[in-house]
Amino acid sequence: MVDLSVNLSGLRLDNPVIPASGTFGYGREFAELYDLDLLGSFSFKGTTREPRYGNDTPRIAETASGMLNAVGLQNPGVDEVIRRELPNIAKIFHKPVIANVSGFSIDEYVECCAKLDAQPQVGILEVNISCPNVHGGGAAFGVTPEGAAEVTHAVKAATTKPVYMKLSPNVTDIAAIARACEQAGADGISLINTLLGMRIDLKKRAPLLGNKTGGLSGPAVFPIAVRMVYQVYEAVNIPIIGMGGVMNAEDVIELMLAGASAVEVGAANLVDPFACKRIVETLPAVCEKYGIEKLSEITGGAHR
Amino acid sequence: MQQQIFTLVGKREIARSVFELHLAGDAGAIDRPGQFVNIKVEGQFLRRPISVCDRTPDGIVLICRAQGEGTRRLCAAAPGTPFDLLVGLGNGYDLDACAGHNPVLVGGGVGVPPLYWLAKELVKRGARPVAALGFNTAADVFYAREFAALGCDLLLSTMDGSQGDKGVVTETIAARAPQCDYAYCCGPEPMLKAVWSMPQTLDGQFSFEERMGCGFGACMGCTCKTKYGDKRICKDGPVLRKEEIIW
Repeated sequence: MVDLSVNLSGLRLDNPVIPASGTFGYGREFAELYDLDLLGSFSFKGTTREPRYGNDTPRIAETASGMLNAVGLQNPGVDEVIRRELPNIAKIFHKPVIANVSGFSIDEYVECCAKLDAQPQVGILEVNISCPNVHGGGAAFGVTPEGAAEVTHAVKAATTKPVYMKLSPNVTDIAAIARACEQAGADGISLINTLLGMRIDLKKRAPLLGNKTGGLSGPAVFPIAVRMVYQVYEAVNIPIIGMGGVMNAEDVIELMLAGASAVEVGAANLVDPFACKRIVETLPAVCEKYGIEKLSEITGGAHR
Repeated sequence: MQQQIFTLVGKREIARSVFELHLAGDAGAIDRPGQFVNIKVEGQFLRRPISVCDRTPDGIVLICRAQGEGTRRLCAAAPGTPFDLLVGLGNGYDLDACAGHNPVLVGGGVGVPPLYWLAKELVKRGARPVAALGFNTAADVFYAREFAALGCDLLLSTMDGSQGDKGVVTETIAARAPQCDYAYCCGPEPMLKAVWSMPQTLDGQFSFEERMGCGFGACMGCTCKTKYGDKRICKDGPVLRKEEIIW
């Protein structure tokens, strides 16, 4: 009997499989398909202080082994999430959830995180710092160690629950940014967010996406995720939630060997709505194949 | 929604690069014309959403134009090939809404297929719908005979006049003034808008197309604004009612 349980900042998860924010909504569509309680946790749709419509369509473009998305953080806003979505999550999922938060200013991060921190079912705050800072010339908070640390520090001061900073891979030195988050008090690191990409419509001779650029995800980015998790594991002493193109149980193990304590599954949910269920169900056999008795013990196992 | 494995049991090219595909499998989750399936095609990451053209005793009929890499592979598949489908997607057309009206089914190009099953169901209910079908040229025309065989009054248009009336479907409808006051539409957006704007059609339902990520409401990739709030084309649509559409 393989022990699949893992630990994130004192939070025990039955297994490391977590649907990634933005690919699982607030769980409603998937709860019609399978019992969500088989998941380790799930990270709900990126939530902002104000309601957001998001970007113009097209928001989706296909790529080799993946996809671009430029949804633009469509969500009903934190108050509506608390009023309408969290009560429904309590009905369909009976474990702590991960609240994914985005913001365009420090104030917004703080206010949004503080409200979600107060919700009993929220186990971890996952703070997405890939958004542009509207007061900082539009560059993303997460592209400099200073910007990342500033958000971390402000959110930590306003909350009590574990704070995981979700890092953008669109940077020159991911380890330096992870270290800055750790020093500013982050309890963990989540990575990788999507990689910035673009497709052009040959007939229209114009960018295919309404937003021009979009985030690349899917198996195309998996090796980048493995490399960045590996680098961040060497740089920090806090837990890592690894993600980026995970499609199966083998990928989960690979990211854990690189340094992840738990693993989020994103784009796979969109092409196979049963992806997370399948991964959870196949994990024991794949663990046995590789001689793994206690899954949590393999975290960072590839570092020698 | 269900995930089901279907087997390609037959296909024929019914117009230039347009294929009628017969797929056998459990179609129990598909309950309304206007719904679609999302097909996994080998070698492509995202599934391909295709509207259901008809239900058969052992499965479904889809009509697909071999256009990009994914649809080319789908149309080139040999009978016997299994496909992974998500079935029962989308809201579909509301058939009750046209009670007391004379329906016109307005389809353009590969927007025509979902109207075929709809026509069949309306005929079953005793309606005699007008089918106003538009294509680019005679080589693209399909299903004109099939609609006529159902008992629909057929109005056919091609852009170049090589078959039926010359011009767009709305011009044909305006010129021939069939007795109809409720529209069911599927086709390119300019066509939908032209039908929406026609003075002689009082009300109707319009099926929209958008690039989708998942097809079942999870990714928010296909959201549009309506008078009743933001809607996901894949889950809250693809069919929108006339009064809620914002152009």
